[in-house]
Amino acid sequence: MITPVILLSKDNMTVLREQDVVPFRNRVKEYAIKIRMGLVNQTKLITAASELARNMLKYANGGIVSIETIARGRESGIRLTFKDEGPGIADVNLALKDGFSTGKSLGLGLPGARRLASEFEINSEIGKGTKVMIIKWANG
Amino acid sequence: MAIQITKIFKKKKASILERWMQNQLAHVGLREDLISNDDLRADSSELIVTLLDTLNEKNLDDPDSSDFDPVVELLNSLSLSRARQGFSPRETGLFIIGLKEVLIGVLQEEIIDHKELADLSLKVHRLLDNFSISTFEAYIKGREEVILRQTDEIAEISTPVIRVWDGILALPIIGTLDSARTQVIMETLLTEIVESGSSIAILDISGVPTVDSLVAQHLLKTVSATRLMGAECIISGIRPEIAQTIVHLGIDLATIITKSTLASALQHAFKSLRLEVRQQRIDSVLSRVKPQ
Repeated sequence: MITPVILLSKDNMTVLREQDVVPFRNRVKEYAIKIRMGLVNQTKLITAASELARNMLKYANGGIVSIETIARGRESGIRLTFKDEGPGIADVNLALKDGFSTGKSLGLGLPGARRLASEFEINSEIGKGTKVMIIKWANG
Repeated sequence: MAIQITKIFKKKKASILERWMQNQLAHVGLREDLISNDDLRADSSELIVTLLDTLNEKNLDDPDSSDFDPVVELLNSLSLSRARQGFSPRETGLFIIGLKEVLIGVLQEEIIDHKELADLSLKVHRLLDNFSISTFEAYIKGREEVILRQTDEIAEISTPVIRVWDGILALPIIGTLDSARTQVIMETLLTEIVESGSSIAILDISGVPTVDSLVAQHLLKTVSATRLMGAECIISGIRPEIAQTIVHLGIDLATIITKSTLASALQHAFKSLRLEVRQQRIDSVLSRVKPQ
């Protein structure tokens, strides 16, 4: 039986400029502290959030992130959903490979964020945009 | 017969200024610490003169008319300078709103016909509200300039290069490393390496809250540039949670010497420069104090 996920609180934030990344990270941190997430998991979540927000800025000129506090059974966690209306990703599996980048970066953002998060989901449609969802459980 | 509103105002010019000044001086929020009464009077008088010079029966209906450009310009410069001096938005706004009250008061005394009075007050309201809005816009712009200047100042003071020892430089990085800051850091570090002839540079990232792949990339670039200059680069201040995150991200820092604290980085630097730091032996100190 799958335990249903309960949504506890929700907040939206737009990330349109480089300067929005730091306030966004701070917001994520506030939420993580509220559910008593440990320091290591907090850092992992914030780093993953930072990677995905920067990706969104770089490849899609920004988008909207929803920050949600969720609970599944006894566990509580943070769910971040990054939505953009950019060009989309041609080959998602390739983009999830370490070291692959169409920009001039290290190519670790997307695969790194997947490893840092507890759960990771990506949907991309060419010409329509990309949606990335990550969950980090407080003790996961 | 249409009432000549500009004539009324011009006739009452001195009285308008006097009343407006009285209102401002009587106000509890008067900032005598920021502006002297004489300056305030000069500002007020200049504004009234400019306003009455540009105001005529035709442009009264049209607050957006280019005739008012000198007034708007004057207000903007007043507002900008007040924002820089540290006036609150309320204090700046009250300045122009106070004038509106006085003007309406004058109209009330001079015009008996109610319909006419209501009509004209509405026009004056509209005109001065328009001025207040542009005052606020200018005020916010003034504040933004202050913020931008502070940002620049922070960027400048937050990249000090410290000569900790002969041949050893330390660079504590505090805050987020973006492309612009990396550029500043790299420039100051590289010039300092040349000037001081140092062979070891320690980059301390204790003050960097988040190390993501972009920050790591910037660090790697700085390290390679330092190496090209013939100096060795040590990264210190890696906290336990940052270390775990870097591993999960898959960033390869194996080619770089990393230390957890600035002290251990300094120790490493001493070792590679063949310097030794030792505690003085107690008996030798004692023997010097008490010669036998």
